[in-house]
Amino acid sequence: MIEITNATKRFGDKIILDSINLTIKNGENVILMGQNGAGKTSLIRAILGEYILDSGNIFIDTVKVAKHRIETLSKISFVPQLPPPLKITVKELIDYTSTIATIDKNEIVKYSDTLHFDVKQNLNKPFFKLSGGMKQKLLISIALAKQSDIFIFDEPTANLDSNARGQFSNLLEKIDSKIFIFISHRIEEVGHIANRAITMDLAKVVSDEIL
Amino acid sequence: MKNLLLVMKLDILESFKTKWFLIYTIVFGGIVALFLIAGVTESKVLGFSGLSRLLLSFIQICIVILPIFILITTVKSIAGDRDNSVLEYMLSFPISLRQYYMGKFLGRLFVVTVPVFGALFISLFYALIVGAEIDYFIFMFYIALLFGLSVNFLGIGFFISSLVRNQEVALGIAFFVWLLLLAFIDIILIGLMMREMLNENIIFGIALLNPIQVFRIGAIALFDTELSVIGPASYFILDTFGSTLFAVYSIVYPMALGILFLFLGYFIFKKKDLV
Repeated sequence: MIEITNATKRFGDKIILDSINLTIKNGENVILMGQNGAGKTSLIRAILGEYILDSGNIFIDTVKVAKHRIETLSKISFVPQLPPPLKITVKELIDYTSTIATIDKNEIVKYSDTLHFDVKQNLNKPFFKLSGGMKQKLLISIALAKQSDIFIFDEPTANLDSNARGQFSNLLEKIDSKIFIFISHRIEEVGHIANRAITMDLAKVVSDEIL
Repeated sequence: MKNLLLVMKLDILESFKTKWFLIYTIVFGGIVALFLIAGVTESKVLGFSGLSRLLLSFIQICIVILPIFILITTVKSIAGDRDNSVLEYMLSFPISLRQYYMGKFLGRLFVVTVPVFGALFISLFYALIVGAEIDYFIFMFYIALLFGLSVNFLGIGFFISSLVRNQEVALGIAFFVWLLLLAFIDIILIGLMMREMLNENIIFGIALLNPIQVFRIGAIALFDTELSVIGPASYFILDTFGSTLFAVYSIVYPMALGILFLFLGYFIFKKKDLV
């Protein structure tokens, strides 16, 4: 469960999260929507403990994110909107993620195969040299192989072709009783999986509805 | 510990693939190669001969090049990773900030010292082959001096990198710090001494807080124990420290200063937004 209480974050005079109060329970698949600059990515960064809140708190299963990074992050899988330009190879990235988060490497390969990304053929390639779609598929595979309680996907299908989007949806449908948070501008992309839609505007939650 | 070593290993592997590392290695390897080709090891100028002559020339070049190379590559480490969203992804995994930061530091320390020490050991090997005069004490002392200077600027670099969010601003600050320590601080101190008629011992004391100055005098001290080439400042140094204590100070002080900045940087890194 994610519990956000009165979360507020400012950069100088600009408020980027304005008294956010949310509770997301296991089994809820949330689509987080809003215009650019509405505060969606900032909220995700706060959940990941990457933004220090000016006031308020965020708890993952009653554990405070700001104080217990390792414990809370071990329950979260995250796929960013733009894959980072990592110079390390695919093998090194898999080593990093599997060591830090005790992920089974075979699971990463298994999910990659399902998404039609051949890990073994690309093991020694620098990550940044992969195509946008390949990078996204690998990061999704790592996220799913981590078998977390919470999955956060920021525009997860932005770089995927229609076939891979279908495979991605199929994989998600097999996972039960977890929390999914999708940041997306298009409800039709993950609408069939989502059962709750939260809309943000000007750093606030402006609507929260069950689908 | 396992995670720290993993971050260190990845930073080393990543650095080995970058162009800056290639240029850095070519610069230091090239300098030594040029010295060897030019016959510096075999020459005898003003009493300096053999490997010591080469070391003296190498040290003079290191004073200028090493700090700026280290600062530029290091400030890009954390600030660069933050700028291009690498931190956002890598720190979304359950790794402690201490392990990540210190792993990056150790990786960078390895990467910046290997080409420099590699070049020195190549020159030692060459000196052995041609039968040039080798003073092992001076050789090891110089390695310690260079290590101290490397830790110093790495620590300052990590501090700037944690403090400043933007990579371009961090580079600008790094360049300013380098210029200040390399040249401006001396000019400012001389100006102060002349204009305000300050006690010269205060000026000398402030100058000895500059790690580049300490490194420079430490290097000179091995060849010129009376420090006659640095003028009246030598009386202050020898009266205050004595030659042995100053030799220790010239290694320990830059290193301690670097470690202080490293921990200040870590404190900022931990307390500020990560992305």
